[in-house]
Amino acid sequence: MLALPDAAILLGRTAADWRGAVLLAGEALQAAGFVQQSYGARMVGMVEEFGAYIVIAPGLALAHARPGPDVLAPGMSVVTLAEPVVFGHPYNDPVSVVLGLAVITADEHVAGIAELANVFNDPAALGRLGAARSAADVRAVFEAPGVL
Amino acid sequence: MKIVAICGAGVGTSGILKVNAERALARLDIEAEVTAADLASVAVAAADAQVILTSPEFVDRLGKTNADVIVVQNYFDLDELSAKLEAALG
Repeated sequence: MLALPDAAILLGRTAADWRGAVLLAGEALQAAGFVQQSYGARMVGMVEEFGAYIVIAPGLALAHARPGPDVLAPGMSVVTLAEPVVFGHPYNDPVSVVLGLAVITADEHVAGIAELANVFNDPAALGRLGAARSAADVRAVFEAPGVL
Repeated sequence: MKIVAICGAGVGTSGILKVNAERALARLDIEAEVTAADLASVAVAAADAQVILTSPEFVDRLGKTNADVIVVQNYFDLDELSAKLEAALG
């Protein structure tokens, strides 16, 4: 599992638009010491360049950028939004949960990514994240029995 | 059989697509090698691939390819992935 400390978890936040939501995920990664400030803007840049493909399932965006010098340590962040925001995805809008992902190399974190797939292959996981009231609630979703 | 999952950076979403494609293939009892790559390297990565898996945003950016292009809506829906892979490979 990728590191997910309390500092990387923001619950019930408000974002004006998708950029604000992605930047919140970047702020959380920065607060946890995983990235420098520029990483959030680079995550926004991925969507500006390629579109809303990071909205990989209904209601869920996986914000990330390429590895770079502004990634200090591998880790992830979780942002739940009080009001869902539209990313412009043809099927999966609006988004209520944004995951931020920071990795040092593409290959190194295959296991962590596989565990993310394990978590969200359970259709109930997104609802449980949206309803989380504490960092412990969030971590419980990722550490559910059978996941690790 | 070679399958390539394509995304913008080649580190996040294509990794999830790769993992779940492997699960769907195991479910279908189809043997295939699945790799993840970014859009910039698609020409090389997918040169000898039978299937490209990607999201709606990338379809028009893939360029010329002989591979079957499968567009995935929900990366976590193994039923969708299995059905689309079976239709392409079956």
